[in-house]
Amino acid sequence: MVKTLAKRMGLLLLTLLLVTVLAFLAFSIIPGDPTSSILGVDATPEQVAVLREQLGLDLPIWQRYWNWLSQAFAGDLGTSYNFRMPVGQLMAPKMSATLLLAALSFVLIVVISIPLGILSARHAGGWLDRVVTVADQVTMSIPNFVVGIALTYLFGLVLRWFEPGSYTSATRDLAEQLRYLIFPALAVALPRSAMTVKMLRGSILSEMGQDYIRTAYSKGNSQSSVLWRHVLRNAMIPVVTFLAMAIADIVAGSIVVEQVFAVPGLGQLLISSIGNRDYPVVQAIVVLVAAVVVVCNFAADLLYRVMDPRLKGR
Amino acid sequence: MAKRLQKALLLLAVAAMLPVSLYGCTGDTGASPSDPPAANTDELPQEKNSVTVGIAQDLDTLDPHKAASAGVSEVLFNLYEGLVKVNAEGGVSGAVASDYTISEDKTVYTFTLREGVTFHNGAPVTMDDVLYSLKRCAGSENDGVPLISAFSDVTDISAVDDTHVAVTLSKPSLEFLYSMTAAIIPQGSGDTIATNPVGTGPFAFQSYTPQESLVAKRYDGYWGTPAYLEEVTFRIISSAETMVMSLKSGVLDMVIHLPNTMAAEVKEGFTVHEDTMKLVQALYLNNAVKPLDDVRVRQAMYYAIDVNEIIEFVCNGAGVATGTSMYPAHTKYFLPELATAYQKNLDKARELLAQAGYPDGFALTITVPGNYEQHVQTAQVLEQQLGQVGIQVTIQTVEWESWVSDVYRGREYMATVCGIAADDMTAREMLVRYVSDGRKNFINFNDPDYDKAVAQAIASTDDQAQTECYLEAERILNEQAASLWIQDLCDLVVMRPELEGFTFYRTYVLDMSTIRYQ
Repeated sequence: MVKTLAKRMGLLLLTLLLVTVLAFLAFSIIPGDPTSSILGVDATPEQVAVLREQLGLDLPIWQRYWNWLSQAFAGDLGTSYNFRMPVGQLMAPKMSATLLLAALSFVLIVVISIPLGILSARHAGGWLDRVVTVADQVTMSIPNFVVGIALTYLFGLVLRWFEPGSYTSATRDLAEQLRYLIFPALAVALPRSAMTVKMLRGSILSEMGQDYIRTAYSKGNSQSSVLWRHVLRNAMIPVVTFLAMAIADIVAGSIVVEQVFAVPGLGQLLISSIGNRDYPVVQAIVVLVAAVVVVCNFAADLLYRVMDPRLKGR
Repeated sequence: MAKRLQKALLLLAVAAMLPVSLYGCTGDTGASPSDPPAANTDELPQEKNSVTVGIAQDLDTLDPHKAASAGVSEVLFNLYEGLVKVNAEGGVSGAVASDYTISEDKTVYTFTLREGVTFHNGAPVTMDDVLYSLKRCAGSENDGVPLISAFSDVTDISAVDDTHVAVTLSKPSLEFLYSMTAAIIPQGSGDTIATNPVGTGPFAFQSYTPQESLVAKRYDGYWGTPAYLEEVTFRIISSAETMVMSLKSGVLDMVIHLPNTMAAEVKEGFTVHEDTMKLVQALYLNNAVKPLDDVRVRQAMYYAIDVNEIIEFVCNGAGVATGTSMYPAHTKYFLPELATAYQKNLDKARELLAQAGYPDGFALTITVPGNYEQHVQTAQVLEQQLGQVGIQVTIQTVEWESWVSDVYRGREYMATVCGIAADDMTAREMLVRYVSDGRKNFINFNDPDYDKAVAQAIASTDDQAQTECYLEAERILNEQAASLWIQDLCDLVVMRPELEGFTFYRTYVLDMSTIRYQ
């Protein structure tokens, strides 16, 4: 087990390193450089040359990568070309907004989908199941940002439960932040929840048909005891993996939804930094997102082992 | 047995909490000292005297000498002032300087410093500050490379006496005065000006959070007419839909440059000011590639299209047709008759194409920067219109930076739809770029008569003669169909009905000092 873990950790670091190399390479291939957004499109060649030297862009790519990597390991993520402030300082408040939004979305997915999935499977074919299935189909096929716009309109302008556009990183009060973020989180969570409900329902129903369930019933177990003690334990395995993997998706979804709700998170920063070719910022965000994905996959793997005794010791 | 499930659920719960605890760690670092004090938003005075303005573009630098984009300059106009500043009529008036004289040969500009002008930190503006600021623009802190291009013609900046500063140019120029709007900043503040802006304008910088907002307070020591509003917050909201919703929810009091597609949303309950964007949108043609190097082909294309249909479709009719590289705000240089010189005439278009050897048309690729919806829509209309005379259009949508490097700088394209504005907002900028060896002549226009007209205009020291030469240059651009000049796009500013005092400038300026509550 320890050996497996060590191996997985090594792989994890290697993946991250590879991601940084790829991000760096990608930027050297796509056209354009940061000087046009800093100096304007009409800058003179002299102005461009001076700035490129100031930013260290005149160095060969491997050297730039090495400089970046060695600094990053020392905890220095560099300075944003566009905002001329340290990347860490720039990202910290944005990161907290995005991670809070992602966390809230995840909690919402769990809270919405697990009870609904179980209920729906338990009453398979009944009216509740049918309503849930239809709602599922609809929610799944609507993109995040459309849900976001609809929610803003309904809760922001019609019901006036929140003021669209009022969120700032100066909104210090955690309760107030959560109150605002619950709406974008809902926009992120709804399509994901729909998928989770569908998956959990299917998973439970297929377990229900297994031989060991018949055995459990024949031993005189009640329906709920069979469901909770036998079916769910097995049915949850794929769902938990799915949820852990979904975290990456949630982070991606947050990035889109942030735009709609004007949440000053990593998403807007990432989009504008790619547009402006602000390499240090993009590099840092890409590494962060990659780290979240890799760590979540790792966690999913661990959970799998804990939940499924057949995998123990492998 | 059930224990294992419990354990798994527990782990799941822990996983769910993980980002929350991460947030807990970073939450503290988020409280940077640059954040505005909570009092700004929580304890508004009884009578609200502050305004929140929605802007789409982030303020990537607050250094006035390095701000390259119009979207940044128009905000910084409220914080900084030059020796002179632009006025609503399109001219310049004194600011840090109370008066100026221009030598007979238009090479020496002399400014008289105004008495009693102070920086936002309370320090009086001295000759040293002025010399420092102007020399910085000329490149004193940038390895001698000017931060503002127009300063490359400056040969000397020196104090005549305690209150007079003289700027000498290598060649005569009437338009250099516009470059003297370059901000005056405290001596030696070059390294800190971007993070701690100090100027002499009607509003003083309070705080800036990237991608969120800039807060400015009225400067009570201002030398001129003080601003009405006590505080102005510029909120950065990139999505137009969110902008409108924030306006309706009351978070924003005012929005500038609202896309025309959103106009219907704000018809009721708001005051809408309509103007044009001070740029020229065109189907820019690469005059160096076949078959666009043939004037007959370019003219045929101009006859094939219907500019009014484009304006109707893209701007709901609110744009203004230009016919050449000049926009209507420059009244002195704008020739309305050029806008109607090419009336849609498919027969004439086919005839010209046949003469040029393309009776069946040809294949044309239009490259468009995809981030500008209006340009993409225009390209789509053009595709239809040009198709009527057999020109098969392929629209290639590219990302902005690719467009800059391939189309604008690399000149590797056939045709493109974009909007060209003047860097320094002078009429000259709109025309000088198309001289055959012009650095910004991205359409590779090559016409000896045009070069002559522009050269004469630049060399001229007489305003009347200069204007005549520029008008001639504009006519040539139209006759030669150097590109298919379309329109100056419409620009919308929307605000709460209680707000008044807003004026559109002829240039990219958002003057907040005149805005007030009724």
